[in-house]
Amino acid sequence: MSEVLALDGISKSFGALRVARDVSLVLQTGARHALIGPNGAGKTTLVNLISGLLKPSSGRIRLAGSDITTASPERRVALGLARTFQISSLFPQLTVAENVGLALAGRHRHDGRMLGFLRRNADIVDGAATLLARMGLLGLAALPVSDLPYGQRRLVEIALVLALEPKLLLLDEPAAGLASSDRALVVDLLLRLPEDLTILIIEHDMSVVFRLARRITVLVEGAILTEGDPQAIRGDARVRDVYLGARTHG
Amino acid sequence: MLKLTATVLALLVDGISYGMILFLMSVGLTITLGVMRIANLAHCGFAMVGGYIGYALATQAGLGLGLSLPLAAAATMLLGLALERTLFRWVYAVSELKQILMTIGLAFVMIASVNALFGSNMNTVPVPALLAGTLTLGFLSLSTYRFFIVLVSTAIAVCLWLVLEHTDYGARLRAAVDNPRMARCIGIDVPRLFAGTFALGCGLAAVAGVLGSQFLPLEPWYALEYLVPVLLVVAVGGLGSMKGSFYAALLLGVIDTFGRYYIPAAGAFVIYLVVLAALLWRPQGVFARA
Amino acid sequence: MPDQAARSAVRDAFARHRLSWLDALPWLAAALVYVLLPHYLALATQVMIMIAFALALDLALGYGGIATLGHAAFFGIGAYAAGLYALKISGEPISGLLVAAVAAGLAGIASGALILRTRGLTLVTLTLAIATMLHELANSWKSLTGGADGLYGFRIAPVLGRFPFDLFGRTGFLYAAAVLACLFFLSKALVNSPFGLTMRGIRDNPVRMRMLGVPVKRRLITLYAISAAVAGIAGGLSAQVTKLVGLDSLAFSLSGNVLVMLILGGTGSLYGAFLGATAFVVLSDRAAAVSPFHWLFALGILLILAVRYAPQGLAGLLADAARGLMKRMRRA
Repeated sequence: MSEVLALDGISKSFGALRVARDVSLVLQTGARHALIGPNGAGKTTLVNLISGLLKPSSGRIRLAGSDITTASPERRVALGLARTFQISSLFPQLTVAENVGLALAGRHRHDGRMLGFLRRNADIVDGAATLLARMGLLGLAALPVSDLPYGQRRLVEIALVLALEPKLLLLDEPAAGLASSDRALVVDLLLRLPEDLTILIIEHDMSVVFRLARRITVLVEGAILTEGDPQAIRGDARVRDVYLGARTHG
Repeated sequence: MLKLTATVLALLVDGISYGMILFLMSVGLTITLGVMRIANLAHCGFAMVGGYIGYALATQAGLGLGLSLPLAAAATMLLGLALERTLFRWVYAVSELKQILMTIGLAFVMIASVNALFGSNMNTVPVPALLAGTLTLGFLSLSTYRFFIVLVSTAIAVCLWLVLEHTDYGARLRAAVDNPRMARCIGIDVPRLFAGTFALGCGLAAVAGVLGSQFLPLEPWYALEYLVPVLLVVAVGGLGSMKGSFYAALLLGVIDTFGRYYIPAAGAFVIYLVVLAALLWRPQGVFARA
Repeated sequence: MPDQAARSAVRDAFARHRLSWLDALPWLAAALVYVLLPHYLALATQVMIMIAFALALDLALGYGGIATLGHAAFFGIGAYAAGLYALKISGEPISGLLVAAVAAGLAGIASGALILRTRGLTLVTLTLAIATMLHELANSWKSLTGGADGLYGFRIAPVLGRFPFDLFGRTGFLYAAAVLACLFFLSKALVNSPFGLTMRGIRDNPVRMRMLGVPVKRRLITLYAISAAVAGIAGGLSAQVTKLVGLDSLAFSLSGNVLVMLILGGTGSLYGAFLGATAFVVLSDRAAAVSPFHWLFALGILLILAVRYAPQGLAGLLADAARGLMKRMRRA
């Protein structure tokens, strides 16, 4: 058990607007940590800060021991970080296999290789075949992502990040916009992820949060309100107030 | 020393007047880019069409500049309005690259039409006798016409600024530039705003085409010929920034004029180096708001 | 370990851009032209040079998503490099093409490193600025480029030492065809490589690519440099075959024309370059004889309609028609 992610007093301001205030968080290997809070609390901003698309105004971030506060997103991915986006972020004109293939090419550092055909690259072909088979997406391999319904696109995005074999997985509302059957599929998938993979998940759907998370941090207006295990959070009156009565999305 | 001052001042007036014409041509494009988020590469075509209309009115209908200029501007505004309601509906709907291509297509059509109607010779809108000749102020000898251009353009720029800062329309325009989606949400009639703004831009371009024809002569390729300087002004000034394009146009006009005069071999070249350096330093536009 | 079925499903999904029997068609057409239309060899050679140029642009634009209105800069650099090489150093054609490729490729790396940090209209404007700047430079630097008169009077040695350039343009035609074939198959290989997939990924979603650990800017510069080198080879070819290099090889109209060719033909498939360049060069040649401005008018309308109704160009229309036909045949 070691420290995979450490946020130390992270703050971010856009001019007068403070979107993150002195956020501190530590995740150990195999953590299942959820980040919840009302809309506009700054959850996605925090994920952007951790993944490197935003740089903090102050504070430090450590990933698996290395200080990544000023590191580029590419560097963080190389160190074992992966994230999904709130609105499914894939390559619409490319096939499902090509989408996953890109992640594998990035992982194996083959993305710049000009010699040799893609379809003869054993690492990429085998990796894609294994992953797609495991996730039941093999039948869709040759379809362009833009042809798929939203639920399946979500699954492809999860396949994409899993292909990176990350140490830390940031999931930004993985169940958002999904029908209940698709949601059950996604939750099932997430529950079956390797134990040594560290996961930080942003979610609004409390049923998903309580099934998946072992620890929850509540974020309000960019600052941490409280942190604790699901029982404690459920019983915390302040959290209830902040949500004006938490509703599960049906 | 006196001679040097006289030369420098004359060059300054030349540069500023050229810059002002560039400004009038560019302001419509930068607003269109900023408000409607469309890359309209046919914009200089409107300047050309306006110029030719002014030319036709002045030479064939015998109207003086006082009448042909506003009429040309009005006619071009009507054309702009008509195109905005029709062709540009298609333009709004596609990606930036496709907008560039569609509007280049429009520019081709404009070039070919103008050639069919007026031939491929160079034409200029004649300068009225009142404005011809030179102004002598002590040791200075300035072209009256160029001075007139500077005055008129400054007046127009001031009016634009007043409208932008102090009227309802201006406030709505600024809101739409800042955040088009939000503007829509708070009830700004965006289609009307777009149509009006587009027409205004075309009208200003037409003014530039008519007034500037003395040193930017009218010929069929005008629409693409001056696209590069205009795009440079818009890029350096910052997309959507009227003030930015004002400063950028003046700067580029003056640098270009001085460059061509003092380094005849490489003069034309200087402006591109300057713009490259400027845009690499601040890709969002040198004069854009941070 | 994944089973064979899974592996072949994935391989098929990766093989969308592989060579097929269709790829023999252009060369068949070229052979027919050589045999049946000997008086049109000069025009056909011009077509092939433009196909090579359009191919270069497709790599940057269709596969990399880099919008440029200044690609003639690289064509021109290649043309002048090849011309100067022939004038001052040696008339050997193949080394001349290599010189052209290297000169243009270096320019591609330099300008790419500089401007590829921008996107959209700013990028387009910068490509325009650079191309216009080079045009001005060539215009004023008369001692090097011959200014408005251009370069002429250089001799090109026989290809491979055995095939001299003849007055009928036969050697020129075959030489251009051979070079185009090499460029095409190399481009195909590039598109089918992992790098090719990476470039398409960058075109579709650059932010996602960064989050996959890919150094996006470096890959873009590499692609831009390759595209520049190919454009340079096209320019060098033009110089060697026509024995002339003029300012028109750096002109905005050339950049505009090749972009139109590619859009009409269809981006992102390499075939669009063949279709678009052929159609454009042949039509403009016929039309220029009749009336250049009527041609421009038609072209403008065509461009507007093509963007609106056929965004994938001729190649797209043909592909859709073929797919429709196959569906109907399967049902019957």
